[in-house]
Amino acid sequence: MDASLPAHMRPERSFQGFILALQRFWAEQGCVILQPYDMEMGAGTFHPATTLRALGPKPWNAAYVQPSRRPKDGRYGENPNRMQHYYQFQVIMKPSPPNLQELYLKSLAAIGIDSALHDIRFVEDDWESPTLGAWGLGWECWCDGMEVSQFTYFQQVAGVECAPVAGELTYGLERLAMYVQGVDRVYDLNFNGRDGDAKVTYGDVFLQAEREYSKHNFEVADTAMLFEQFKMAEAACRKYLDAGWKDEKREAHLMALPAYDQCIKASHVFNLLDARGVISVTERQSYILRVRELAKACGEAWIHTEAGGAA
Amino acid sequence: MPDLLLELFSEEIPARMQAKAADDLRRLVTEKLVAEGLVYEGAKAFATPRRLALTVHGIPARQPDLKTERRGPKVGGPDAAVQGFLKATGLKSLDEAKIQRDAKGDFYIALIEKAGRDAIDVLAEILPVIIRTFPWPKSMRWGARSGKPGSLSWVRPLHAIIATFGPETEEPDVVKFSVDGIETGQTTYGHRFMAPGAISVRRFEDYEAKLKAAKVILDPQARKDIIFADAKELTFAQGFELVEDQVLLDEVSGLVEWPVVMMGSFEEEYLAIPDEVIRATIRNNQKCFVVKDPKTGKLTNKFVLTANIEASDGGKTIVAGNERVIRPRLSDAKFFYETDLKTKLEDRLPKFEQIVFHEKLGTQAERIKRIERLAAEIAPLVGADVAKATRAAHLAKADLLTEVVGEFPEVQGLMGRYYALAQGEDVSVAAACEEHYKPQGPADRVPTDPVSVAVALADKIDTLVGFWAIDEKPTGSKDPYALRRAALGVIRLIAENALRLSLMKVAASALGGMSVKPADAQKLPNDLLAFFADRLKVQLREQGARHDLVDAVFALGGQDDLLMIVRCVEALGKFLETDDGKNLLAGIKRASNILGIEEKKDKRAFDGVPDTALYSLGEEKALAKAIGEVKAEASAAVAKEDFAAAMSAMAKLRPPVDAFFEKVRVNDDDAKVRENRLKLLNEIRSATRAVADFSKIQD
Repeated sequence: MDASLPAHMRPERSFQGFILALQRFWAEQGCVILQPYDMEMGAGTFHPATTLRALGPKPWNAAYVQPSRRPKDGRYGENPNRMQHYYQFQVIMKPSPPNLQELYLKSLAAIGIDSALHDIRFVEDDWESPTLGAWGLGWECWCDGMEVSQFTYFQQVAGVECAPVAGELTYGLERLAMYVQGVDRVYDLNFNGRDGDAKVTYGDVFLQAEREYSKHNFEVADTAMLFEQFKMAEAACRKYLDAGWKDEKREAHLMALPAYDQCIKASHVFNLLDARGVISVTERQSYILRVRELAKACGEAWIHTEAGGAA
Repeated sequence: MPDLLLELFSEEIPARMQAKAADDLRRLVTEKLVAEGLVYEGAKAFATPRRLALTVHGIPARQPDLKTERRGPKVGGPDAAVQGFLKATGLKSLDEAKIQRDAKGDFYIALIEKAGRDAIDVLAEILPVIIRTFPWPKSMRWGARSGKPGSLSWVRPLHAIIATFGPETEEPDVVKFSVDGIETGQTTYGHRFMAPGAISVRRFEDYEAKLKAAKVILDPQARKDIIFADAKELTFAQGFELVEDQVLLDEVSGLVEWPVVMMGSFEEEYLAIPDEVIRATIRNNQKCFVVKDPKTGKLTNKFVLTANIEASDGGKTIVAGNERVIRPRLSDAKFFYETDLKTKLEDRLPKFEQIVFHEKLGTQAERIKRIERLAAEIAPLVGADVAKATRAAHLAKADLLTEVVGEFPEVQGLMGRYYALAQGEDVSVAAACEEHYKPQGPADRVPTDPVSVAVALADKIDTLVGFWAIDEKPTGSKDPYALRRAALGVIRLIAENALRLSLMKVAASALGGMSVKPADAQKLPNDLLAFFADRLKVQLREQGARHDLVDAVFALGGQDDLLMIVRCVEALGKFLETDDGKNLLAGIKRASNILGIEEKKDKRAFDGVPDTALYSLGEEKALAKAIGEVKAEASAAVAKEDFAAAMSAMAKLRPPVDAFFEKVRVNDDDAKVRENRLKLLNEIRSATRAVADFSKIQD
């Protein structure tokens, strides 16, 4: 930890300081520090900086915060640690460096988790995202029995074999910050590190939103519109992919990213429909499959783009 | 003789894979050594979260020399063949070859003397192959090299390989090879946090000792012993008792290199949750042991955790951290449990109408209705109250929709029991909610309460008949619906409760209740029965009994009363252990053999009734008389289900059969007499069919 930081910016005092410490640490490892993607998504992995950039031969090191929306996890602000909107901190390094585990442990030290004092463990976790057509092997990282991060070596993303393999780290920011700040309720997190009247808590920032969105997600979200949006996003994704090929040879693609945006959208709309309970068990599988098909088609297009490494 | 030390140092290997990986490594290396003519004295393999290690001691320093002969082309054969022969054998010219004559002519023979190679060279050749083809259940690629085809796959990134070879008294050599850019050497690393530095090792003895000094216990058994002993001591010292859990112990020992056992506690209010739920919460999510109070036998508000580090504050932070994680987990569990209690089990049932059991077998609701009907039908056959069996079948699956079971599937059934009792159901009905899943495997307890038995049978038979009806039978190693287990469950329920029921009738009734109508509905119960026979054989074989006896009894056909079959097999087994049984079997086999030969010779069967007028010898008459008596007596005994008596009756056949073979020549010169005697032999066979088809019994 950086001793020169003012108290209110220290990772164990403020949520924002916590995020800044992580960003700074990974910036020092050569990652580009991106800002959140400007679309609703269920996890940082959906960000094109991970999903698409994990593909192809070009090196890529990036870190960013991604607001993650899980409509079903909303609890109207009543549950101490479940929310329909929370932050993930995402690191992706391609190819995975040989010392990625050490870097991860150092990043914990940077946010105030001393490995001489805590019991840090790498516990098997095979990661799979059926909607992204992706899988990898790695661990849940445990700190004193609590899962604080996901650590994955991507083997396949969007149906494409990763060559070379990227290493992905995902930190559950609220949970980690709660641990470091020593609070049991997420809304009690000190957001800005100030005391007294100047103090802003996580609840001050997000509690109202949790209540509103829980009501929206579970009770009110317009399902007829959402069904329509899903279809539209799916159709648009296909249309952009089709239109994106440079010529008949289908060797170069010029529009993988806009198409992928529609895939992200379809996925989020599906999550909303799911939260509204209007998708039956059997239909559920077919929706997941439809999103996966989009993701795979986008992955295929991406590796034919210049940034995706096409010759 | 020299020893090999091999260590594969990697990132964390999943706990569940470690034991098998160590075993595979030992097996693969030693098998290959033996195949290379290097017979070793002993081998042992170890695993920790970060390393697989193998020591093989007493390997000969060199392979023995090998002399082989290789046959070449005919003398004067085509030049291409000769050149090929020279190339393959390494001979410079045909002058170096011998000429050997056999029936087909003269051939060149090359004598190839292959000098044994140094064991270290052989190792350098076989080890990389074993590493590259190691049978991990799941493996992965990593790093820059994964961009190229053919890169190494390992369970998690592999970082270093130690491979040393040499006799005890000398500095060992490094077995030189490299796998995917990793060069072998003599360096490993200690505990990730307490002693992360590089360690240089020579051979197994200093390797194990240096690791221990660097806070790594190499031997998984030693780690288990430490965890188990410390956990017991820690709990005992506070007047409590550890709830032992072998599976958890195995897993936990695979998560640490340096186990440090500590105790934490949680708020007493959570003890209001059923013990099993507390245990599932703490065990599954936190990999911690639970603790009971020996005075009450109930859980206490303590848990035992195993850390991987001697923390600088003595572990206070770690204990506090684990307590902070367990608290919300238990709080969730308590909330789930209390929420569940607010809804009656039957009120959950309508939801099953939306849940598909199997696309061809309808919804869960339909299945529950079928089980209810079948349970009611089976109830009187097993001494259960029909109303209770129906009620139990009605409620038995309802807990699948509770929050607690949603969270911890392993307490399904058990929660049904708790919730049934809480809503005032009859004790047997509540018990059946749990016990109708039993027995889950060969080691599981078989329920005895008739209500549980009725629902358990109905549940399993509905499953079996259903999947049979849609032709989803187990094949080979594939049994996705655990139908073998279900069939074995039925067998054990019937045998251990001494139940009498016609499986064919119950299966036919179950089939009648199905909405799917298979094309070959007539055949189905028989087909299913054959499956039960197979399961019974497996079951008996596992108990060390003779499975051929099952074939012998089933071969008679028309038997679907499993209990009678089991009893008959038991009685037959006992009988065959007596002298009478053994000799009678020998006599019957002899009769069968003779018949077989003669039937083949004459191309006909001798299955008519013998003509009493043609008996000329006393032994013939005596045998014919005995056959008549034994047939009647054995059949009567079987009808009374007294298999021991049936076997005693069989025993009476032995003296006349022995006497017959001693005194009577079957192949008499008179064709009619011969035929009649063969018919008499056939009668022996048929008499014994009152109990079993003896021809199916193996010697």
